[in-house]
Parts: sequence; C-alpha cells; structure tokens
Amino acid sequence: MQSKMKESDPILEVENLSASTNNLPILKGVSLTVYPGEIHAIMGRNGCGKSTLSKIIAGHPSYNITNGDIKFLGENINSLEPEERSQSGIFLGFQYPIEIPGVSNLEFLRVSTNARRKFLNKEELDTFDFEELVKEKLEIVKMDHAFLSRSVNQGFSGGEKKRNEILQMALLEPKIAILDETDSGLDIDALRIVASGIKKISNAQTGIILITHYQRLLDEIKPNYVHVMSDGQIIKTGESDLALELEEKGYEWTDNFIKET
Amino acid sequence: MVNENLVKDVVKEPYKYGFVTDIETEKIDKGLNEDIIKLISQKKEEPKFLLDFRLKAFKKWQKMKEPDWAALGYKKIDYQDIIYYSAPKQKEKISSLDEVDPKLLETFDKLGIPLTEQKKLTNVAVDAVFDSVSIATTFREELAEHGVIFCSISEAVKNHADLIEKYLGTVVPASDNYFAALNSAVFSDGSFVYIPKGVSCPMDLSSYFRINSGDSGQFERTLIIAEESSSVSYLEGCTAPMFDTNTLHAAVVELIALDDASIKYSTVQNWYAGDEEGIGGIFNFVTKRGKCLGKRSKISWSQVETGSAITWKYPSCLLLGEESVGEFYSVALTNNLQQADTGTKMIHIGPKTKSTIVSKGISAGNSKNSYRGLVKMGTKATGSRNYSQCDSMLIGDQASANTFPYIKSQQPNSEIEHEASTCRISEDQLFYLQSRGIEFEEAISMMVSGFCRDVFNQLPMEFAAEADKLLALKLEGSVG
Repeated sequence: MQSKMKESDPILEVENLSASTNNLPILKGVSLTVYPGEIHAIMGRNGCGKSTLSKIIAGHPSYNITNGDIKFLGENINSLEPEERSQSGIFLGFQYPIEIPGVSNLEFLRVSTNARRKFLNKEELDTFDFEELVKEKLEIVKMDHAFLSRSVNQGFSGGEKKRNEILQMALLEPKIAILDETDSGLDIDALRIVASGIKKISNAQTGIILITHYQRLLDEIKPNYVHVMSDGQIIKTGESDLALELEEKGYEWTDNFIKET
Repeated sequence: MVNENLVKDVVKEPYKYGFVTDIETEKIDKGLNEDIIKLISQKKEEPKFLLDFRLKAFKKWQKMKEPDWAALGYKKIDYQDIIYYSAPKQKEKISSLDEVDPKLLETFDKLGIPLTEQKKLTNVAVDAVFDSVSIATTFREELAEHGVIFCSISEAVKNHADLIEKYLGTVVPASDNYFAALNSAVFSDGSFVYIPKGVSCPMDLSSYFRINSGDSGQFERTLIIAEESSSVSYLEGCTAPMFDTNTLHAAVVELIALDDASIKYSTVQNWYAGDEEGIGGIFNFVTKRGKCLGKRSKISWSQVETGSAITWKYPSCLLLGEESVGEFYSVALTNNLQQADTGTKMIHIGPKTKSTIVSKGISAGNSKNSYRGLVKMGTKATGSRNYSQCDSMLIGDQASANTFPYIKSQQPNSEIEHEASTCRISEDQLFYLQSRGIEFEEAISMMVSGFCRDVFNQLPMEFAAEADKLLALKLEGSVG
C-alpha cells in the first residue's frame, strides 16, 4: 500500500530545516516528507522542538528559518504569510488554543472558512448557508450549537477548546493537518470523539502529523510512521510499533540513539 | 511586537473625506473682539437678547484661562489668528433646495449625505452644516406634521425665539469653561430640535458638520428639547479636509429631557486627524451636556471618536429628576500622534437616579488616549447607582492609555461600581487568526470590533456598521 501512495507527489517536504527564535537555535536540521494518505506521529520530550516545528510550518512570525526549506505541494513556502498557508490548505491544531474575547466563534469560523473557500474558487457562504454547513460539522465533534455564540475559545474547557480546533479542521478541509498535542488534557470519551473526528475528516488525499506524548491517541489513529525528536532533530524514525516501544522504555531509551540519516 | 515588515507593506488608506470644496465664501476678518461678535450677530439678524448673551460670554472668556489639566500637549492656540465666520456665498433667502449651490449639494453627496428630494436618505432627517452655516434640513414638513421642530439654530433664533431664550445656556452656562465661553460668544450655526409632549419622533434626526475652510474655526451650537413623554434619537457626523494647519472646533451641545422623556444622542466623529507626523488635524474642544430635568427622564450618549488631532470632550448628564437615567457609551480610537482626553460626568442630584458608563479606548501608533470621568452622588441622591466600566486596548508598544476616574459621594445610601481593564492585542492572538486564513488587518479589526461590541450595540443600526468600518480603516497599515 505504501509504495502505491508514493506514486503521487508529496504534500509536505521539510528539508534540513534549522530555525531559531531570539538567536536561540531550536531546530537543527529537520527533514520530513509527508505523502497523501499518510499519518506521521512525532514524539519526544517537552522542549525538543516538536511544537516549534509545527508553528514554523504554519508560519509563526517569532521564528526565523536559518537554513533549509519547507515545500508544500512542491512549492517553497518559507516566506508565505500564515494566512496564505492556511488558505492553501495547511492546518495547525494548537496545543493551547488562545482565547479571543469579543470575537464571536461563529463569525470567526465563517470568515476563516470563506478565506479557504475563496482560495479554492468556491462560492463564499453567507450566514444562512454557513449555519447549515457548520451544523453538519458540529456533529463530527459532538459539539453543541451554543458554542458558536460564545467568544472564540473564551471560557471553554480544555476539551472544548480541542474539539473547537477539530471543528475548524473539519470546516477548512486542509491538505495537511498538524495536530499539536490535540490529545493532551482530554478524558477518554473526549479523546475518542476527537480521534474519530480526525479520522472522519481525513482521507486518502490528506496528510496528518500528530504531535503527541501518548500511545493512547495512536491506538485510535494508527500512524504509518513514528519520528522521535530530541534537541531540535529527528533522531529515530520507525513504524507504528516504535511508539509502543517508546511507551514501554521511556524517552531515556532514545537518549542513546545517534541521529539517523 | 507584531510583525513589523508586514505592517509596513500594507498600503495606508488615505482619509477619504479630505477633499476641499472650491466655493466662493464670505469671510470676515481674522481676530476676536466685541466688534467681530457684533458683526456675527448682525449678519445673523439676531435679537438683542442673543447679542447680550454673546457679549457677556465674551467678557467672561477674556477673564478665563485655557484649561491645562487634560493629558494633552499641543502648541498654544492663537485666538486672534482665527476667522470666526465663514459661509459659502449664496442667495440671501433660500426657499427650496433647488436654490442651493450645486457644489454644496455635490459636497454632501460625496460625503454620503445626499440632500436632494430624489436622493435623500429615507429613514433619517438631516441638517447639513457647512463651515459656519446650515445649508439644508430635510423632511422638515413631514416632521412638522408631528409638531417636531428640526432646523438650524439660526432659524430657530428667528422663528422660535421664546424657546431659545428660555433654554439656551441653561445646561452649559457661558461661564462653564473656557471653550464653552468662547462658543457662546461666537457660535455661528448648529441644529435645533424640539419634540413636543407625548411625541416619539417618527424618524432619526441627524446633523452633519463639514469644515471646509482651513483658517476658520467651527463653533456650532446644538440644542435639543424633549418635552414630557417624548423621545428622539439624534445622530451626528463630522468630517473635514486635510490641511497642514490645525483648525479649531469648539462646539456646545445642550440636551434637556423633561418628565418621562428620552434623548439618545449618537456621534461618529471623524474630523481630519493630521498625518503620521502629527502635522495638521482638527483641535476638537467640545462641551456636551444633558439635563435630565424630569422624573424618569433618560439621556444616553454614545460616541465613536476616531478623528481629530486633539479630542477634549466629556459628554455629561445632570441627573436632577427622580429616577432619571444617564448613559455614556464611548469608543475612542487614537493612532499615529493623535491625542484624546475624553470621558463623562455623571452628576447624581435627584434620588434613585441611575447611570451607566462604558468606555473603550484603543490606542495605536504613538498616540495617547485617556479616559477621564467623574461620578458624583449629591446629598439628595439617595438610592442612586452608578456602574462604570473602562477598558483600554493597546496596539503596538508605543501607544499609551490612561484612566482617570474621579468619584465623589456625599450620599452613603448610594452605590458606585467601577471596573477597569487594559489589554494588548497579543502576537499569539493574531497568529491564531492568521493561521485560520484571516488576513492580518482583518484579524486586528475583528479583535477591535469585538472589544467595542458593548458600545456598538448601543448605536443605531446603520451607524454601528459604519463605525465598525471606520475603525478598521483607521487602523489600516498603522499597527506595529
């Protein structure tokens, strides 16, 4: 099956990427290629650069790329604005979705969805048509309609924030979704909802990168590849059983690895 | 804090009301003295009581000192270097709109305020003021059928002298403050509204103030009287051309609400604010005050202040009538080198009076934005209540925001509640919105209008949409 997938062009190519913030190097030569239909898991200790990698792919302005390239659908996106990356189909599910007081969640979701639709040359949705669409997507994450009338993430519980992220993913239908610790802070039920949501949204055309500490998400969504990061580098790549081994032996086990090239 | 380069790349939207109408005007000489005041009064064919009112105010003004307590810094104004009367030349008596200079009609057309019968706005009556004079007032006959008087204050002086004599200067006395005294001495035009007993005004009333001339000041005077059980919603808009000199605008607005009457006064102020270097712009020194004279009367101010180089303005309520209500909802946005010192005074005099203050200040660029408010409970204001909420939002790290709340209570049996907050648009909030495909500028404006929602909800519908757009425009290309 894998060889068949690789017949198509990659969605995302991260090539020897180094990046820093405030002159502090965070990434030190990361390479990662994601093909359509693939699910990649990135694991590693806190501070190893997992979240930074995801933010840089999404275009966070606080980080400088010092070396290497990020290619999306074959095009270099190093200098694209975050909104351009999103519109073209890159989605970052945040570890800590930020609260935005006063901005209605419904309006936010609509503007965001329309920005993506405009890029895809699809008709932009008015409030009524959007209501229809969002109702359908709410089902996927089992969210109540009442969430829409609140301010973006304001006063949401940890689980509600994460479900709101998946709702956004469902609306934006990205080509690639990077989900940064979407599973952390979720109870078992919420985890199942989120995991089944991700599975429903993704298809043979989408790529997924799951950043996680825990096997339990990977039990729900089986990855094709597992990468272990340490000190700004990917030090080991394996198949899904690598995650199991990691769970069993702990990160200390990986300390002895030499970077695989 | 936010992406500097991106900000610089964004093209700045120019002030779109900055054009000058090329029209022949009748101006008097620069300077201020008794003869000038007599000349203004004579031009307007005023009765003696009004000339006396002006001269008395002038005497007081001469003895007063320009206030310096506001958190504002500006070059001293030379009051002898200002023209106090400037009017477009036109026929002596204009009986219909057809006789108004087409250039003037065109000007208001361009400002989005069409005045002619065919094009005029259908849901709102407009009094259009150009420099020192009122050009036209729409829907006068229709309003007259309901007994509502809506005309320029100059006309009211001629046709309703009794009302003017009875009420003018009763809310804002000539000696109230330096700028009110100046206005009382030289005011040229403005709007007059009278709502008779029991009438709720069938449409919104609106005045549009346009400064066109660069070297003359605008000193308008507005008086609104709401008789028992009447109600009215009044809107005010203002724009001015771009000049590299400062123009003085010192207005006085007086509102009077009798038993069970209610007045809602909304302003969208968009005077020219000067350029990025702080060159030019209007000096806006305004005294606005409402008197809740009657029982259960209500006066509500809502303002969106986005223009002017300097704003000095405190729309206030004197709550005399038992159970009367005063409200102040304000959004003040400053950018570049603009300075605003604005707020309100809620003076609780009668028992069981209630007031609400919601102020939202947004400072961007190198601007300075201060809220200054007084809540006073008099000895008889038993069972009265005030709630104040003052929020500031900072955009960038060069802007400043201040809050100066003054609370004076002589009545232990009253309640005063004050809440204040300051926030900064964070890079993470912007990144979140951007990473959802929302453009940088739109992300800022979404957050700003979210911040202002409580106030926008108080504005009449069309105004709220306009205010939202205006804020977005004002912030365009200037966030950094």
